[in-house]
Amino acid sequence: MAKKSYRQAISEALSQEMERDPTIVIMGEDIAGGAGAEGEQDAWGGPLGVTKGLYTKFGPDRVLDTPITESGFIGAAVGAAASGLRPVAELMFVDFMGVCFDQIFNQAAKFKYMFGGKAKTPVVIRTMYGAGFRAASQHSQCLYNVFTHIPGLKVALPSNPYEAKGLLIQAIRDDDPVIFFEHKAMYDMEGEVPDETYAIPFGQANVTREGDDATIIAFGRMVNFANTVADKLSKDGITCTVVDPRTTSPLDTETILETAAETGRVVVVDEAHPRCNMATDVSALICQEAFDKLKAPIKMVTAPHAPVPFSAALEDLYIPSMDKIEAAVRSVTGKSH
Amino acid sequence: MSEIQTIVMPKWGLAMQEGMLAAWHVEEGATVSKGQEIADIETSKIANAFESPVSGKLRRILVTGGETVPVGALLGVVADDSVSDAEISSFVDDFQAKFAEQLAASASEKGPEPETVEVAGQRIRYLQIGDGAGTPIVLIHGYGGDLNNFLFNQPALAEKHTTYAIDLPGHGGSTKDVGEADIAGQAKTVLGFLDAKGIQKAHLVGHSMGGGVSLYLATHHPDRVASATLLAPAGLGPDISMEYINGFIEASRRKKLEPILQMLVAKPEMVTGDMVEDVLKFKRLDGVDAALKKVRDAVFAGGKQALSLRDQLGSVKVPVQVIWGTQDKIVPAKHSEGLPGSVKVTTFDDAGHLIHMEKAAEVNQAILAFAAAD
Repeated sequence: MAKKSYRQAISEALSQEMERDPTIVIMGEDIAGGAGAEGEQDAWGGPLGVTKGLYTKFGPDRVLDTPITESGFIGAAVGAAASGLRPVAELMFVDFMGVCFDQIFNQAAKFKYMFGGKAKTPVVIRTMYGAGFRAASQHSQCLYNVFTHIPGLKVALPSNPYEAKGLLIQAIRDDDPVIFFEHKAMYDMEGEVPDETYAIPFGQANVTREGDDATIIAFGRMVNFANTVADKLSKDGITCTVVDPRTTSPLDTETILETAAETGRVVVVDEAHPRCNMATDVSALICQEAFDKLKAPIKMVTAPHAPVPFSAALEDLYIPSMDKIEAAVRSVTGKSH
Repeated sequence: MSEIQTIVMPKWGLAMQEGMLAAWHVEEGATVSKGQEIADIETSKIANAFESPVSGKLRRILVTGGETVPVGALLGVVADDSVSDAEISSFVDDFQAKFAEQLAASASEKGPEPETVEVAGQRIRYLQIGDGAGTPIVLIHGYGGDLNNFLFNQPALAEKHTTYAIDLPGHGGSTKDVGEADIAGQAKTVLGFLDAKGIQKAHLVGHSMGGGVSLYLATHHPDRVASATLLAPAGLGPDISMEYINGFIEASRRKKLEPILQMLVAKPEMVTGDMVEDVLKFKRLDGVDAALKKVRDAVFAGGKQALSLRDQLGSVKVPVQVIWGTQDKIVPAKHSEGLPGSVKVTTFDDAGHLIHMEKAAEVNQAILAFAAAD
């Protein structure tokens, strides 16, 4: 099977779905770059080149460069979705979502509910999240937990190129609004991705490692950290199950509870700030539903409750590290160095 | 004979680059015989017993239980007592030095990769290994399978023959639009493949539904078939486990699919998490669900095998052998009973439906012996 990058996987999903369904349009800031102006067309392909080539292939009617007005073009995407198109909007950094909260939280998420199930809103908002890019506090947040909080939104967090293609295709075909989170440190990550199209159903966690001693539940980029830690610890005789929930809304509570109960020792890894994040959410779930199966207190590995620092040295310390995950696993298993 | 023989990490399938020697079944100093299960080896895809490729006294064990090493790495050394310990040590040092060089050199090298060919408007994926001069061997998988199902067989067969493992329509990397979905239609595709590759005659090796396809070709197109090895084939009786077929189609979650796949083998631990995940990945591809259902409805209509060639087996003009595991839960081994005397029947008591994986060495030997007779 062909190796492709996370960036290629996303681009391929967009391109193949746009070929399949003419109602799919993409829009965002510089997703073509130079569109409609004199000079070079398709100059950018988005800030990190994900949509490069799509303008040339699908033309100006389906690849729309928008003004730097998130409230405007996200509102336009939501409206277009409610009236028959399937827009995929790119909102550069999730940190900027704040300026279009009303369009997302009050409009997109609520249409189906407010109109008695008669309206559907098949919009996808692709966005970059996460630290590690030296982009400081206004361009490095996670915030997927904020969207998970809102009923009516679906939230996907692909952890590798295979997941990115399959989850994005599912997001595009889904009739509900989906916020699709791409970690900016992962665009060059490579993995095996089928050339054919496939959809990964939402709400089905992936168990990426199976072990007996501890269960690590990790989100997005952190899944890869957890896998690496699990592989390292297995050489020391500590075997871990690693769970990638894939989507935080809907959340595969069944797999989380099952795998937590199997080992009784749980570590939850979440790159978001520690208050009201996915780690607290999942920990509460396990405590309510599987408390009697726990053999040790749950450990959460998260970023601190502080803005993402610009200083490279501090940012590295800020992000949940493999060392911290390893220490947490050793702690819950009682098998320290 | 003072020869030093090696036991190295086998290569099970294209993707395998390293394997974990889970446990040895024998100790240093033990006498091992070719085909004896001497260790358990796990790859990311599959866990299986490892059969000794050689016979003699196991003088040295180089890799201990739990260790992961690259394909081709030295696991053990076999030699009789006339070889001194010093000779063995220097042999090992020599081997390890050369292996390290090889490993460095081959880091950028690629093994054989699957290719595709157009057959009557359909894209058929196949994997060719070997370029022997004799009659080629064509391997045909069963329902829901693909060319990788022959990972324990194709490399061994390729030492003597050109081998082609193909993906039937709707399966693996072939077109998901299956067209004519019954066994006759699938056989037409295989004939088209033979034409496309310029193969006049082939030894067919078919598993399960692919066994039915092979049997169909042996009875209807004997001029294109040198011999047919049928592994737990369809076409010899009405029974088929619809619990398996429907379970395979319906299970979209790992937890549900795992017990279904475990029905395929006598030892359920052979099914690894990655194997389950690979099947899920296949089932997620657009068009696969429809293809699987269409093939099911054509081949197993009403919960029974639609094709019966049992009565024609006595008059078939090409050599046919049937190999079955008596613990087969998908197509019962009783279908191998009462066949005409011209058909060679071999059964294994400790194997299930994936007989070519569970008894790889024996099945490979049987295929090669059969193919050598022409």
